[in-house]
Amino acid sequence: MNSPIVNRRDLDFLLYELLDTERLTERERYAEHSRETFDAAIETAHRVAVDYLQPHNRKADLNEPTFDGDKVSTIPEVKEALDVYCDTGLLAAGQDFERGGMQLPATVAQTCTAITKGANVGTFAYVGLTVAATNLILAHGSDEQIQRYTPYMLSGRFFGTMCLTEPQAGSSLGDLRTRAVPQDDGSYRIRGNKVFISGGDHELAENIVHMVLARTPDAPAGVRGISLFIVPKYLVNDDGSLGPRNDVKLAGLIHKMGYRGTTSTMLNFGENDECTGYLVGQPGDGLKCMFHMMNEARIGVGLGAVMLGYGGYLHSLAYARERRQGRAPGEKDPATPQRLLVEHADVRRMLLAQKSYVEGGLALGLYGARLVDDERTHPDAAARANATRQLALLTPVIKSWPSDYCLRANDLAIQILGGYGYTREYPVEQYFRDNRLNPIHEGTHGIQAQDLLGRKVRQEGGTAFDTMVATMRATVDEVNHDGPGSLAGEAEALARALEALEETTRALRAVGETGDTERYLANASDYLDMFGHIVIAWLWLRQAATAAAAQPASDDDRAFYQGKLAACRYFMNVELPKIHHLAALLRRGEDTPLNTDPDWL
Amino acid sequence: MKILVPVKRVVDYNVKVRVKADGSGVETANVKMSMNPFDEIAVEEAVRLKEKGVAEEVVVVSMGVSQCQETIRTALAMGGDRGILVETDDELEPLAVAKMLKGLAEKESPDMVILGKQAIDDDANQTGQMFAALMGWGQGTFASEVDIQDGSIQVTREIDGGAETVKLKLPAVVTTDLRLNEPRYAKLPNIMKAKKKQLDTLSPADLGVDTTPRLKTVKVAEPPKRQGGIKVADVAELVDKLKNEAKVI
Repeated sequence: MNSPIVNRRDLDFLLYELLDTERLTERERYAEHSRETFDAAIETAHRVAVDYLQPHNRKADLNEPTFDGDKVSTIPEVKEALDVYCDTGLLAAGQDFERGGMQLPATVAQTCTAITKGANVGTFAYVGLTVAATNLILAHGSDEQIQRYTPYMLSGRFFGTMCLTEPQAGSSLGDLRTRAVPQDDGSYRIRGNKVFISGGDHELAENIVHMVLARTPDAPAGVRGISLFIVPKYLVNDDGSLGPRNDVKLAGLIHKMGYRGTTSTMLNFGENDECTGYLVGQPGDGLKCMFHMMNEARIGVGLGAVMLGYGGYLHSLAYARERRQGRAPGEKDPATPQRLLVEHADVRRMLLAQKSYVEGGLALGLYGARLVDDERTHPDAAARANATRQLALLTPVIKSWPSDYCLRANDLAIQILGGYGYTREYPVEQYFRDNRLNPIHEGTHGIQAQDLLGRKVRQEGGTAFDTMVATMRATVDEVNHDGPGSLAGEAEALARALEALEETTRALRAVGETGDTERYLANASDYLDMFGHIVIAWLWLRQAATAAAAQPASDDDRAFYQGKLAACRYFMNVELPKIHHLAALLRRGEDTPLNTDPDWL
Repeated sequence: MKILVPVKRVVDYNVKVRVKADGSGVETANVKMSMNPFDEIAVEEAVRLKEKGVAEEVVVVSMGVSQCQETIRTALAMGGDRGILVETDDELEPLAVAKMLKGLAEKESPDMVILGKQAIDDDANQTGQMFAALMGWGQGTFASEVDIQDGSIQVTREIDGGAETVKLKLPAVVTTDLRLNEPRYAKLPNIMKAKKKQLDTLSPADLGVDTTPRLKTVKVAEPPKRQGGIKVADVAELVDKLKNEAKVI
């Protein structure tokens, strides 16, 4: 049974009322676009999602890919859907016109992919990884490499992967051991084992282009010794035809909790010492190359988490509007009709929480995508630099906050459906399992927290942090403070939270300056939680201000805007105050975890 | 040959329509609008005929508010060659549309006009037939198969209890039914190409048509809410209720 993927009215609100995406058409790169072309692309994405991706979401979950020792089998619907996806040009949505792309702004391209993720994240992953691998080659590959691989990747003839993790090196990337030995012809011999490689093997495309991190023989230890290589499953001839099979072997499939439609693989490179790879960029620049692409990839993860949360929210909302259970508190007469679930305040609490998480998360992800657009195309150099700074600061939040809170939204969706939600007859349990990956991959929650507090907050003497706080404070001042539609209470709550954030950050930085980094970062996850909640509160205040100023065109429209105001109020009254607890524990330097002996656990 | 494809902008089929509070019509403000699904099938068929080399040009026509341009652009992204919008804020009834199509057909001289059998908003199922009558052309309505032969066209029609095949002399009018084909998606690069295709705008006056409605909408109401069922004691009571309450036997 399918449920709506997203509220299109909400999407329009965020894109055109909150973020004014239409103004991007004033920029040279997007001059040929209009709201019409944006909407047409979103419409195509939505139709492909509904017609081809969503229908096999459950089937792919129940029928994981299998490996017979020779080839991987997936249910046929996966390839059919991916062929349609590539054929409609969605894979190349953001690429230049010259490359056959639609040159869509990141804001719109991310919207298109978000919709397809919401429909079927397991099938989407194959093309998502292909886009990431293609962007990596386009940004850092030689002209020869760009020519040899990317046209076929953008058309969907070849798919791509990212091969980072090894059994002994997950979060600890610097410890990876795969070796790359230079050959006389300029290529490299690759040897090593990679694990958790999504899309690492399958028969869904003619070829798979692995982007592999490995070390050259004389490379220094740690992250500076890591280089990036292209390792195709089949070598590619000059005319684009496939050459011999490369020595990349599937050692086995990993059986996961969710995302089951995506193969997760253990790959052996060079079992017979015949694995050929090609260096991308300079030796030792592997991680730098990879991270150049990370901002967008992490926005993608955040938006994926949002969409799984969104699907659960809409499903549980529809359920609560139909399912009757119980009576009003105090109603003792069993002859009275039962109430709808949505008529119970406690159920509305769970719906409001979900709404505030998923719509807040969507606003955050799209805001991040807008920063990508500003970084690339804003006509003003200072504004571009500011976007780069803000994006760097917010990326860990954009990745992590939805991964955390939209998973909680899935938990609440299950709760609303009760026993039914716990069964496989309803989609909410799968959303939860699929979403559980997001706090883990693309840099775990803890890694993101260290990135935020350890690096981003301190970068350039804290310029990005100060600018961000100033931006949020400006919204506090701008919103209507009296008269009808006043948001004075909400603005005041955000103002207090911003003070707490500044004070806490100052206090933490003082700890950091003592050089005791371990103590400085001991509660980084709580800091990430606090920071994320404040950014979301800010985006809710902006949404509420937009909704309060809007002229509703119909009763439905009025209800939509009232919903935005209610969700903002909920977030400010119920969610945001939690940051004051976090602020207190961060300021006092809560040290129980730090001082707990591992033997005591 | 040249094919003319009229398309209508309607409330998207996924939208749950709501009647305006004053009963004057349905709510369309901030509601998602799309191409009438039957017209999508018409566009698809025309584009396929072009791809087969049977047709040289596919001209897409819409009538109504300026936003109908979006609907035309969608058809152009699917493969139409150029578009014509007859722009008016007036409410258009099938007869007015048929008259304007006649004006356009006289200007454009198409060999075939293919359109949806009906629009999903008013379900009138009249425009194609009225237009064919005004032109004195043959009509193959409710088409589930279209086969162009030398100077003629064979249309398999969906009728009660089966299919009927008719042969029409060109030029002719074809209205599409659901089984005719499965319309394609607008591919992303084609959406950009569609933007550059020619789209002319005319007014009803240019075609010499008076669009004043001939009908008056008295009231628009939601369908009655479904009532809960009741249990009957025996067959006699059932028959009695069917006869005297439901009055169906």
